[in-house]
Amino acid sequence: MTISPDLDRRFREAAIALDLVDMGFDVVDSPIGPLFVAASTRGLAAISFESDPDDQLARIAKIAGPCVLRSPKAIDAARRELDEYFAGRRRVFDLTLDLRALPPFTVSVLHELGRVPYGETTTYGALAAAVGRPRAARAVGTVMNRNRIPIVLPCHRVIGSSGNLVGYAGGLDRKITLLELEGAR
Amino acid sequence: MMHAVAIPPFEHFYEQHRVEVLRLLRRRLGADQADDAFQETFLRALRAYRRLEHGEHLRAWVLTIAQNVALDALRRTKPTAELIEAGAEDSRPAYEDLAELTNGLPRTERAAVVLRYGYDLSYDQIASALGSTPDAARQAASTGVRRLRRSSPS
Repeated sequence: MTISPDLDRRFREAAIALDLVDMGFDVVDSPIGPLFVAASTRGLAAISFESDPDDQLARIAKIAGPCVLRSPKAIDAARRELDEYFAGRRRVFDLTLDLRALPPFTVSVLHELGRVPYGETTTYGALAAAVGRPRAARAVGTVMNRNRIPIVLPCHRVIGSSGNLVGYAGGLDRKITLLELEGAR
Repeated sequence: MMHAVAIPPFEHFYEQHRVEVLRLLRRRLGADQADDAFQETFLRALRAYRRLEHGEHLRAWVLTIAQNVALDALRRTKPTAELIEAGAEDSRPAYEDLAELTNGLPRTERAAVVLRYGYDLSYDQIASALGSTPDAARQAASTGVRRLRRSSPS
């Protein structure tokens, strides 16, 4: 015996409508592979290139609590804006973000990161200077590496001061693809 | 020291138990009513999930919620006389150790005693399973135990 898709969908929608879910997630198709996307009522909380939800759920539950449920509805806005971005029709994301449980330095770096324009690049050192910690380029690199919301918080636009790409949590190929999509390379 | 079993993300809990829950509800209510009861069961579980203190006995917990949702549904649609029949048939969850001992207790007391002493669940968890309050669950368990003491041969 299996659960009919309709029954399953109705339960998931009711759970969201009644605001019983700490974090809803789903997998979104994209030109750089399937993306695991999670959002709470506060906003978009995570995007991961590791699209197998099983690996992600414990991580998400640690941030938001155990009421984590797959829910296409919960990530509707993010899915739509990601689709538009990958289709070349969106340059600025208009999503609220759930950055809870991150240390203040990380939040201020991510805030500056969010201001790096579409199609342009900056350097780890420049971001460090922008948050008033000019010698903290390495720490900025760590923040980029652990960025919970890549693409929307565009760590792919951050490169080394000599112009080399340095690295990307999703792999350098994805970083190149995103920069090419934006016409930055 | 033993560590408490971690509470799994609700998605895993739901995936693991949904087929068994639906099967139980279909047996009790028939296919037509089972769908609504299925949704109600997992919504009740989700409401209580954040308050769980550990991840043990989640199967017994969710099946007890399902039993109670089914009885609520039957109560709405059937006269009391039939209800007693329905409640007496295979409705008892598999609390093997305490099952025989608590056979004579009223349903709520029996569930409270078994969940408390057989499965070591908190009164919060028992309350959400029974659709009552923690105080009422505590009361039901203690009344049940007193009744057992009175009825046990000395």
